[in-house]
Amino acid sequence: MDYAHSDTAVGGGPRAGGRPITAKILIAGGFGVGKTTMVGAISEIRPLRTEEVLTDRSIGVDDVAGVDGKTTTTVAMDFGRITLDDELVLYLFGTPGQQRFWFMWDELAHGAVGAVVLADVRRLADCFPAVDYFEDRGTPFVVAVNCFQGAERKRAEDVRIALDLEEGVPLVMCDVRQRSSARQVLITMVEHVLSSVSPAG
Amino acid sequence: MSPEDRWLDQDAGPVVRPYTVTRGRTRTRGDALDLIAVLEATGVPPRARLRLDPEHRMLLTLCRRPVAFADIASEVDLPVGVVRVLVDDLRDENLIRVLKPTPTGDAPDELVLRKLLHGLRAL
Repeated sequence: MDYAHSDTAVGGGPRAGGRPITAKILIAGGFGVGKTTMVGAISEIRPLRTEEVLTDRSIGVDDVAGVDGKTTTTVAMDFGRITLDDELVLYLFGTPGQQRFWFMWDELAHGAVGAVVLADVRRLADCFPAVDYFEDRGTPFVVAVNCFQGAERKRAEDVRIALDLEEGVPLVMCDVRQRSSARQVLITMVEHVLSSVSPAG
Repeated sequence: MSPEDRWLDQDAGPVVRPYTVTRGRTRTRGDALDLIAVLEATGVPPRARLRLDPEHRMLLTLCRRPVAFADIASEVDLPVGVVRVLVDDLRDENLIRVLKPTPTGDAPDELVLRKLLHGLRAL
């Protein structure tokens, strides 16, 4: 890419001097639950990597004993953008589920619309940390149960009980490979937040 | 060494350690720039004696129009932490400004939420 002569806005977003409003939604859940698939199904997926300095919180989890000075770790993030109109861009961030990456979650959750916790019925426990995290932080979230083809079907109510979800937290069944399904999950997420800021609406 | 043991291309790791670009600086100013903060070049000419690295110039070019921090980080293909330090350099020199300040921690207001909902339904 020739930056010096680039006349288009980065990533084909809003142009002509518009000042976009940006919003973000987090996609969380255990490893292999479909975060990348969901971001790819609904948005223009883009590469984004972070090279983070390990903080005290991650030291002790990663074995960095005996290493002097600063230590960095590379984390690839699922990152997608949905240009909704000329002035509104929605960003999706899928973050690694492991506890040692939570220092990233704090930053990402700051100012976010909310979060989608993806769950796999075969490994429901994998999404417990994410549910706990968002509950503690007070970040609005929905649980989206990704039903893989041929996967054991469970009743939503059973999943809700298994996750010990607070009343009012939406739980939806989805197939995140489908764009329409991934879109519906995001709609449910935004509706959930709207209902809390504007109960009448 | 068997052929399988050889590291080729990306497998060998970055040719330049990421924070070399920032001359080892890893910390940014207090207010860590949010990934969805919108940046724009101020159009102020750089000071005559200012030494800008190619990465700085690339960022300045990308910010000629308002653009989200995450987008430029993705575009220059450097880790977010590195780009954050470089953007702070440019902010210190008044070459880039943040149009949308780091979110206060509140979710977007109702109007933005309604626009989001409308936009998603129309997808």
